[in-house]
Amino acid sequence: MSAPISFRRLRALCRKEVWQILRDPSSNLIAFVLPVVMLFIFGYGINLDSSAVNLGLVLEDKSPEARHFADNLYGSPYLNVIAGQTRAEMEQALTEGRVRGFVVVPVDFTEKLLRPNDTAPLLVVADGSEPNTASFVQNYVSGAWSGWMQQRAAERGETPPAGISIEPRFWFNPSAESRNYLIPGSITIIMTVIGALLTSLVVAREWERGTMEALLASPVTRTELLLSKLLPYYALGIISLFLCVGVAVFIMHVPFRGSLLALWGIGSLFLTSSLGVGLLMSTLLRNQFNAAQAALNVAFLPAMMLSGFLFEIRSMPAVVQAITYLMPARYFVTAMQTLFQAGNVWPILLSSGGYLALASIFFIGLTALKTRRRLE
Amino acid sequence: MISRIFTLVIKELQALLRDRQSRALLIMPVFLQLALFPFAATLEVKNNTLAVFNEDNGRESAELMQRFSRAQAFTKLLTLHSEAEVRHAIDNQQALIVIRFPQDFSRNVVAGRPAKIQAILDGRRSNSGQIALGYVQQIINTYNDERIDSRQENAASTLVVRYWFNPNLDYVWFILPSLVAIIITLTALIVTALSVAREREQGTFDQLLVSPLTPGMIMVGKTIPAMLVAMMQGTIILLGAVFVYRIPFEGSLLLLYGSMIFYILALAGFGLLISSICATQQQAFLGVFSFLVPAILLSGYASPIDNMPVWLQYLDWINPLRHFIVIVKGLFLKDIGLVALLPNLYPLLVIAVGTLGASNWMFRKRLG
Repeated sequence: MSAPISFRRLRALCRKEVWQILRDPSSNLIAFVLPVVMLFIFGYGINLDSSAVNLGLVLEDKSPEARHFADNLYGSPYLNVIAGQTRAEMEQALTEGRVRGFVVVPVDFTEKLLRPNDTAPLLVVADGSEPNTASFVQNYVSGAWSGWMQQRAAERGETPPAGISIEPRFWFNPSAESRNYLIPGSITIIMTVIGALLTSLVVAREWERGTMEALLASPVTRTELLLSKLLPYYALGIISLFLCVGVAVFIMHVPFRGSLLALWGIGSLFLTSSLGVGLLMSTLLRNQFNAAQAALNVAFLPAMMLSGFLFEIRSMPAVVQAITYLMPARYFVTAMQTLFQAGNVWPILLSSGGYLALASIFFIGLTALKTRRRLE
Repeated sequence: MISRIFTLVIKELQALLRDRQSRALLIMPVFLQLALFPFAATLEVKNNTLAVFNEDNGRESAELMQRFSRAQAFTKLLTLHSEAEVRHAIDNQQALIVIRFPQDFSRNVVAGRPAKIQAILDGRRSNSGQIALGYVQQIINTYNDERIDSRQENAASTLVVRYWFNPNLDYVWFILPSLVAIIITLTALIVTALSVAREREQGTFDQLLVSPLTPGMIMVGKTIPAMLVAMMQGTIILLGAVFVYRIPFEGSLLLLYGSMIFYILALAGFGLLISSICATQQQAFLGVFSFLVPAILLSGYASPIDNMPVWLQYLDWINPLRHFIVIVKGLFLKDIGLVALLPNLYPLLVIAVGTLGASNWMFRKRLG
């Protein structure tokens, strides 16, 4: 079935495709300007490390003990304390999202604190509609609280019994900055946009305009046709991949510890699989509008939700985890995070590369099968 | 005039729902996303692997290991025997966190001296790592407290923590309201931007412009079908959230659908503006994308808006999704009223007027 490739024909087809890309200013914009702009937006916009959280504080008890505790809250670099007069006021602020939590020191706080067999409760309310921030609020307040308890014990001359402490060490990323792993992940999203979305339209466009029938009537073989759609977009994609990595390393200062050759290899495999997804949608649906929608749903949204770029795959239920194994983006995210932060960890790179190669063969093979040489 | 617009709306709906393929593409993904994404989108740490490198043979470290293995966050406990194995486990992501007990750990604990354990975390997943570390810390705190309690009277003060609006910090409660907003965004933008671009590519747009329809009427004709389809999809997610996922809807439906209309107008404004600049569907689609991706990622859904630099927070003001997610979440979980809604509702109105006005001007310019 697959006739030998005629390089003359292939070159001519590629030239036509390249002209089409170059002629359209939007594709240049998409390939070179947009990735960099997006990377900047992601780099600064997506951040899971809470900077100072707005925290309300109601001192119903204004004794020195209560103030001492409050000083610890004010002293925390993670909290931006906003004083309020009443609980009702803070409840309102929490509902409107002006504070992410508030602390109430109840009227009888000192009284209970000084009574020997009593425990003085402090009330912490956090906004559960932002779960990640809510748990950070709890952590920061309890940090300030235990600092206060220790100071208090020290001032009263009690030596706190020695306990067990943890010394955390984040390998590859000592200051635990989420940016360092979110930016490599963002590059995956950008590559998905470029790979799948750009190609999702190209075959459908030929069908819509009727030029596909002209092509099929010519001596062009199926392989040549597919290659002519793949190669120019591959070139576009790989250039913008290196552009993104360059911006991430030199401008955004994310460390890159792997080898460029491995990056090129893995990047090529991922691009091929995403181009394959785009071409497949385009070939199956033959309608630009529908192909665009399909690419959005099978490439972009899964890349965002199921790739582990933002959400931890291991926390998902088993069925959903099984589905993530089908997503090429998943392997590229792991490989990119590893290349950027840990360096050349071959077992990870090779297994990701292997899966991506399989995915590429699968999608492009399916596209080849569905590219019918006969007219209906 | 009304009947002209009505005819246009019918024609647009027919173009959208013409064949089975198009209908399936408008409905199927919504159900798929409803079934999949709420489970996927979580920043919680569950089912993870904790590895232990125990150089200590005492009872105390064994006791702590027992407790770690009972924690919900870790379903697998991996035992390591050397430094090299620790490196291997972290490098290859076999474990999110490795706990290392030094040789003198149990001796120090028994003697009442400060005892240290090391936690080694995978920096490639530092957010999950920090959360997992929080769990480990809690287990150790409880253990510390129990040891102190057996010698001392009760603590002088405690923290009582309450999570409002979502008492169990359930991620699904956070995701589904946001998903309502995201689905509407996708559809409303694509339908408005691509339907004009398709007419342009096929040359029928000029025919529309020379018809008795004014550009304003054409815009209304393009917006209403997008609104109907997007609202239907939003309603599917809403029903799924309430009846399948059992998330309480606290607020007013009237306010929800009212603000949804403003929101879709703002989106239609962007969609029409994009299509007024683009000549082909490909350009329109890429234009939609350049707007859509940042809009979703900077909406407060992927990470809190408070964490963004101030200049970006200001820039993000023109992102209608950012305002609408606050509205949907507020209505879903917080039962906010109209007054509390206004700070997020008026930007939608401003954006809608601005973008619709601009695209009307662009279409008129083309005509004139």
